[in-house]
Amino acid sequence: MSETQDLSGAGDAQGGAHVRPEGRTLINVRQGQFGGPGGDTSGYGGLRRVVEMPGATERPFGEWFDGVVDVLEELLGDKADEAIQYVVVDRGELTLHIAREHLLEVAQHLRDDQDLRFEMCLGVNGVHYPADEGRELHACYPMQSITHSRRLRVEVSVSEDDPHIPSITGIYPMNNWHERETYDFFGIIFDGHPSLARIEMPDDWVGHPQLKDYPLGGIPVEYKGAEVPSPDQRRQYR
Amino acid sequence: MTTDQTTPQATGPIFEDPDAPEFTAYGGDWSEIADEATRLGQQRVVINMGPQHPSTHGVLRVMLEIEGETVTESRAGIGYLHTGIEKNMEFRTWTQGVTFATRMDYVASMFNEAVYCLGVEKLLGITDDIPERANVLRVLMMELTRIGSHLVAIGTGGNEMGATTVMTTAFVGREDTFRVIEMLSGLRTNNAYIRPGGVAQDTPEGFVDYVREMIPKVKQRLDELADIQLKNPIFIGRLKDVAVLDLAPAMSLGITGPMLRSAGIPYDVRKADPYCGYDTYDFQVPTSNDRDAYSRVILRLEECYESLKIIAQCADRLEATEGQPVMVADKKIAWPAQLSLGTDGQGNSPEHIKHIMGESMEALIHHFKLVTEGFKVPAGQAYALVENPKGALGCHVVSDGGTKPWRAHFRDPGFNNLQALSILTEGGQVADVVVAIATIDMVLGGVDR
Repeated sequence: MSETQDLSGAGDAQGGAHVRPEGRTLINVRQGQFGGPGGDTSGYGGLRRVVEMPGATERPFGEWFDGVVDVLEELLGDKADEAIQYVVVDRGELTLHIAREHLLEVAQHLRDDQDLRFEMCLGVNGVHYPADEGRELHACYPMQSITHSRRLRVEVSVSEDDPHIPSITGIYPMNNWHERETYDFFGIIFDGHPSLARIEMPDDWVGHPQLKDYPLGGIPVEYKGAEVPSPDQRRQYR
Repeated sequence: MTTDQTTPQATGPIFEDPDAPEFTAYGGDWSEIADEATRLGQQRVVINMGPQHPSTHGVLRVMLEIEGETVTESRAGIGYLHTGIEKNMEFRTWTQGVTFATRMDYVASMFNEAVYCLGVEKLLGITDDIPERANVLRVLMMELTRIGSHLVAIGTGGNEMGATTVMTTAFVGREDTFRVIEMLSGLRTNNAYIRPGGVAQDTPEGFVDYVREMIPKVKQRLDELADIQLKNPIFIGRLKDVAVLDLAPAMSLGITGPMLRSAGIPYDVRKADPYCGYDTYDFQVPTSNDRDAYSRVILRLEECYESLKIIAQCADRLEATEGQPVMVADKKIAWPAQLSLGTDGQGNSPEHIKHIMGESMEALIHHFKLVTEGFKVPAGQAYALVENPKGALGCHVVSDGGTKPWRAHFRDPGFNNLQALSILTEGGQVADVVVAIATIDMVLGGVDR
């Protein structure tokens, strides 16, 4: 189908596998007019579209963002380049992509430094990007500063083969249940968490339901003689 | 820093002892169990409160280790109401997501819709394009819901301690707010009224007058609640200096809402990070230093009065913005039909049907595409935060550029605040556990999602 009729060969300089530029999260590479699986009879089966998250932002970042990143870089010293992988400013929000080895130090500075003072971590949310090879699992920590009334996002990405991130419950005890939830739904293992048990799913559940390859489930429903397939089996627009 | 721990601790068996006696209690035979436990000479008793306990605002399981009447250890077990709302939303259009989100915290459903829509609008980059009238209607609906939610918190909190009149009075007041919500959206709860881009419906005729009539009625119920509760010696005895949470543990546990404000921090997202034009309304954020369950009841009551103040301002603004749009001008996002109210309380818009079925082929195509396919949202992520009656409600939405969310995650304040249950109850009496749960005021639909 759309996979086998790749007519874009000549025009596609990258020839097959998409190479991810630094500082970007690849979401998907879509084929054809509708982007979905199955037969594309539109005649545009050769279309190839790369979908990415907004990429790294260069300075100046604007608003208070530069100041916060400056302070953090100063506190991290030599490790700054390694710790802060890249910075994204998008839709008025600051996202710091942090290497997991330095997450604890960054979190400690974010909480304790008087110019940063992000007292509250509003939890951790997992996002699964199956196409983003080597960093399929992302953990997003929204940090809220009550003192300065600011909010930023710390994002840590790991691969599915090695889904370990240090637990920040020692610095932000409030993240206890949030990390359990993200472990439950995504299988990200937060090293050092006091008791990383499942929280929403039953203890003996197999699999992590929020992963993209985990099926939604459901049964087809008959209505007035016609059969409506379950939500994940319906025709999709993308 | 290892996680060799693979067996669950928090909800699993604490120790392997097949000989440990087990008792099952239904209702009133606790004295028999106590006698039996005394006869067996057991020092350590572990009891399960729930998951079907009526005082737990849903299906919450509380595991208590007790010595006599004193709680030595308590843990909350949640997940009994997990419905996979976030996963389901990934398979529906952005607009349909509202219908799922509203069902999370079903006592404060309007906030779920609002925070989700604010997130989606941020992704679309249309936050500033939302018409003023839509924002006024959103604020109005949120404040009505806030009163309803606080009344449930106070009412069921009283009921759990045996004060049934408190509950009936609170629910009568809540019903008055529901009448207004129903007049506007057609439904009492789970309204799906706030939509990405605005709200689903403009006001029906006579709505502003109806809102103004409601205000004194609800005020009277609030006065009654204050009168029958706040000076009552039993009420004071049960709530004063019970479930105390100091500022330091409150901050380290990320507590928000009335629980944090009772510890002395006047943090309210409506003031700290205004949305929907909250910075233009005149209202106060009640704060206390008493840190106990009693002060939280007072704070919730005071917040209801503040909400009534906001609602009165909304009524004035609704009059001033009469006839203005309630949906963004961009037809690629705005739902095409304005439903009209039929004699049976529901109905389509006959004019719109005439337009798409009889007049314009293009309008029909547009309607069909928008309703079945939905609109596309540029790839990226956004975070929205609103002040829900329980605390800060967050929503993280991620788009892959398609017509459906790639991921939608909600940070329910109840989920976070329930972590404080152990610190609130350990060392106290078993009877105070019920008070502690009531003072956290979480709703398990929101906690488990």
